[in-house]
Amino acid sequence: MSTPIETDVVIIGAGPVGLFAVFELGLYDLKCHLIDILDRPGGQCAELYPEKPIYDIPAWPEISGQALVDRLMEQIAPFSPEFHFNRMVAGFRKLDNGRFEVETDEGELFHAHAVVIAAGGGSFQPKRPPVPGIDAYEGTSVFYSVRRVEEFRDRDLLIVGGGDSALDWTLNLQPVAKSVTLVHRRPEFRAAPDSVNKMFAMRDEGKVRFEVGQVTGLKGENGQLSAAMVKGPDGEIDIACDRMLPFFGLTMKLGPIADWGLNLHENLVSVDTEKFETSIPGVFAIGDINWYPGKLKLILSGFHEAALMTQAVKRIAHPDQKLVFQYTTSSTSLQKKLGVK
Amino acid sequence: MTKISIVAFDSTRFDVDAENGSTVMENAIRNSVPGIEAECGGACACATCHVYVDDAWSEKVGSPEPMEEDMLDFAFDVRPTSRLSCQIKVRDELDGLVVHVPERQA
Ligand SMILES: Cc1cc2nc3c(=O)[nH]c(=O)nc-3n(C[C@H](O)[C@H](O)[C@H](O)COP(=O)(O)OP(=O)(O)OC[C@H]3O[C@@H](n4cnc5c(N)ncnc54)[C@H](O)[C@@H]3O)c2cc1C
Ligand code: FES
Repeated sequence: MSTPIETDVVIIGAGPVGLFAVFELGLYDLKCHLIDILDRPGGQCAELYPEKPIYDIPAWPEISGQALVDRLMEQIAPFSPEFHFNRMVAGFRKLDNGRFEVETDEGELFHAHAVVIAAGGGSFQPKRPPVPGIDAYEGTSVFYSVRRVEEFRDRDLLIVGGGDSALDWTLNLQPVAKSVTLVHRRPEFRAAPDSVNKMFAMRDEGKVRFEVGQVTGLKGENGQLSAAMVKGPDGEIDIACDRMLPFFGLTMKLGPIADWGLNLHENLVSVDTEKFETSIPGVFAIGDINWYPGKLKLILSGFHEAALMTQAVKRIAHPDQKLVFQYTTSSTSLQKKLGVK
Repeated sequence: MTKISIVAFDSTRFDVDAENGSTVMENAIRNSVPGIEAECGGACACATCHVYVDDAWSEKVGSPEPMEEDMLDFAFDVRPTSRLSCQIKVRDELDGLVVHVPERQA
């Protein structure tokens, strides 16, 4: 166990709403640590639609998902938020001193006055391809990510997909595995052209096998895979393999937060509309993850929720300080915090 | 109004008066056609609105744009007539269109 990181607020999720919360909390001198399972900020905007335009961000007639994230990062930079990427928030408990402890799946601990759940649609997790019976092989023969390369040494490996993960792992695991077969629905790829060229060069040298097709079933016993059935343009073939890596993109799951004992409303966290506080005082939920009557899953609603939540968190963190309402336009103290004065 | 038909996997047929410019997915959702999930709301970002265009209509409907083709990689049992229904816009020449819902979405 590591020594806990002491801070004011832990924000779970670095989507647009978690990012803007840093700004609102920062104006009230509250320091934030953000944890996200993705490897970069932006949540859905960065992961699902970086290049698509959004038309309903106030004062931005049109802005792309990624540009919105970039602007938010710029806006919160004065408050030096600390990011912890590639980590899933797992554990949570209330400490005797009234503060909270949050634990990641890597075992890091955070202690904070308040916890803000800005987990959106949930944490991004690999999508399970709709192959019948695949669950029987998960964790023994079928893996959705490569945690340890050794797992694939001297194995007959089947990689499925046409994006960067599929191509990168085909190239990187080829020297380690006994054999590598890449299966993709069509001969065109979404991956970087350079990796695709490298893969085809390896195929021409006989180092990897590439088949056009879709996996329709798996063969094996007791979780030990022996072959995958692949339907291609010329019918169905069996490809012998004892390890499979399907890369079918990401889906969102509420995950461990579901077990924290919070009141839920159909997989969303119930909150009040004054403070956006959950059924556990001191734990707040903002953005797509929360539910209250009339809730709209819009970025702008999440921003509003962040502002109101901040008022409540400030009272918890600094109960002795008077809350002064100020405008960023005219308050010299706020402007000092923003680094513009 | 353009008449289109969406056939669910259990063969239930939904005949719909669709407005030109609306998408086949929107009409499926409005009429609660089972098997069309459309998680992303039509942004071509989820592949859960997958349909097979009836063979007779495949040519008229046309083939997917590259972005849709990329998303189709995430769908289940993709066939030559597969399309994402949120990317098919209803128009006069599609009057009578028939699409079939697959066994499941990804
Ligand atoms: C295609 C598409 C188009 C959209 N268009 C618009 C639009 O035009 N206008 C609009 O207002 N909204 C739009 N939205 C909705 C908008 O993207 C969401 O409302 C917004 O992203 C919600 O922000 P958030 O910060 O609450 O959550 P998210 O963006 O979902 O971010 C949550 C983050 O939390 C992380 N996380 C969750 N659980 C954990 C955990 N246990 N551990 C670690 N990390 C965790 C996730 O990995 C994720 O990065 C669109 C959505 C999609 C998919
Ligand atoms: S509704 Fe998501 S891709 Fe069509």
